[in-house]
Amino acid sequence: MNHEIVEKNLGLLVVLMVFAISLGGLTQIVPLFFQQETTEPIEGLRPYTALELEGRDIYIREGCVGCHSQMVRPFRAETERYGHYSVAGESVWEHPFLWGSKRTGPDLARVGGRYSNDWHRAHLINPRDVVPESKMPSYPWLQENTLDGDHTARKMEVMRGFGVPYTDEDIAGAKEAVEGVAEIDALIAYLQHLGTVLSDRR
Amino acid sequence: MSNFWSGYITVLTLVTIGLIVWLLFATRKGQRPDHTEETVGHSFDGIEEYDNPLPRWWFMLFIATIIFGAFYLALYPGLGKWDGLLNWTQEGQYEDEVAQAQEQFAPIFARYADMPVEEVATDQDAIRIGQRLFATNCSVCHGSDARGAFGFPNLTDNDWIWGGTPEQIKTTLRQGRQAAMPAWLAVIGDRGVRDTAGYVRSMAGLDSENVNLEAGQKVFQTNCVACHGPEGKGNPLLGAPNLTDDIWLYGSSMLQVQQTLRYGRNGNMPSQQHLGEDKIHMLASYVYSLSQEDGEVGDTDRPKGK
Repeated sequence: MNHEIVEKNLGLLVVLMVFAISLGGLTQIVPLFFQQETTEPIEGLRPYTALELEGRDIYIREGCVGCHSQMVRPFRAETERYGHYSVAGESVWEHPFLWGSKRTGPDLARVGGRYSNDWHRAHLINPRDVVPESKMPSYPWLQENTLDGDHTARKMEVMRGFGVPYTDEDIAGAKEAVEGVAEIDALIAYLQHLGTVLSDRR
Repeated sequence: MSNFWSGYITVLTLVTIGLIVWLLFATRKGQRPDHTEETVGHSFDGIEEYDNPLPRWWFMLFIATIIFGAFYLALYPGLGKWDGLLNWTQEGQYEDEVAQAQEQFAPIFARYADMPVEEVATDQDAIRIGQRLFATNCSVCHGSDARGAFGFPNLTDNDWIWGGTPEQIKTTLRQGRQAAMPAWLAVIGDRGVRDTAGYVRSMAGLDSENVNLEAGQKVFQTNCVACHGPEGKGNPLLGAPNLTDDIWLYGSSMLQVQQTLRYGRNGNMPSQQHLGEDKIHMLASYVYSLSQEDGEVGDTDRPKGK
């Protein structure tokens, strides 16, 4: 094929470019949609409760993912500090993924159960109260804002559409479960669940 | 991985490499072998392009990357189910790394494993190890100087909520601790909270204004002695602190004590079981050493107790 034909026909150039670029994705990404390791939940995994789901949305809203990853890589230096490396089966019901790629703060993939609720509360309101050298911002409004739960059920329905196995009862009780709860409690509930399902944590 | 997907990945990968090789040679064919002043014939804004072949070194680099790729795919798992000649896996590499570290560090821990905590606590090297472990795992709550904070106990004094013997410290580390001071407001009312707070403060020698100590004592004897004991000396089995000393986990002011009484306190020490017995032993020794009087343990740069 003469190069000139390709270069001077924009449509043809676009088609060929898309073809060339998509080969990589077709080879490396598409097969993952069909592998058991990446699509099957690990044993014991459960969907987030309504409260945890709202906590997760606060985590997203406050941009926590900008400074905290949720991905323990399979290196000893990481597993010594954080616990067992992350596996794909833990994330099958995550929409969107919050793996992150920036660690200004520590990884949070296995923070669940690591600190007490009291600690999280003090730390979120003013991190320097418990970790003097911390540069994390304070989030004092989390204890003043409360959830109204108006959209919780709808969020769970959407998640169900993605394949998260919420039952009708889960969705029916969603508003009741979160209404009036302080945002800080929802966020702590979410954090305390993170990474706790994988039983071998080291 | 199913045979289909294995084949799919293999075929796509090899076909792509084939296409690249074809493209490289097909575009080279028909190009003149030497440099010329001739252009390819088009002109954009007066910019023209020489019709020269790809420089040889560049062409060879292309070839080299393809050969590298071929070797890589032969040695490492890239083609579907093909395990690679090296049998390399991500898990395998991780486990090697862990085994190597185990080999390196196990003898160090083994040196102390059979020594009692009291003895390890006097070993300078052991204390340094413990200090590092403490900084990584404990300092977030208890502070890097182990002096704690509001709601998180100071470990450098010799005052213990859950007991300070080596075995008790180890139990705390292994299983964690969950304190359970109930909320008393509904039971004793606002006046009761005030009087009891005053009485509790008086046990530690603090004066309070506008309280009825007798009424407070009565409430205390009815409700508080079960955990804190008739003299308020506490009970390490329940994690009920001694109320008669001047150490206050949640503050000693009238307002703070009332807050504690009204809403309860549920301090929680998470279990550190995942650290493993070796490290728990070192940590217990370090924490134990912190609470000992100066001179009882070796002269280390640990934070000093009283």
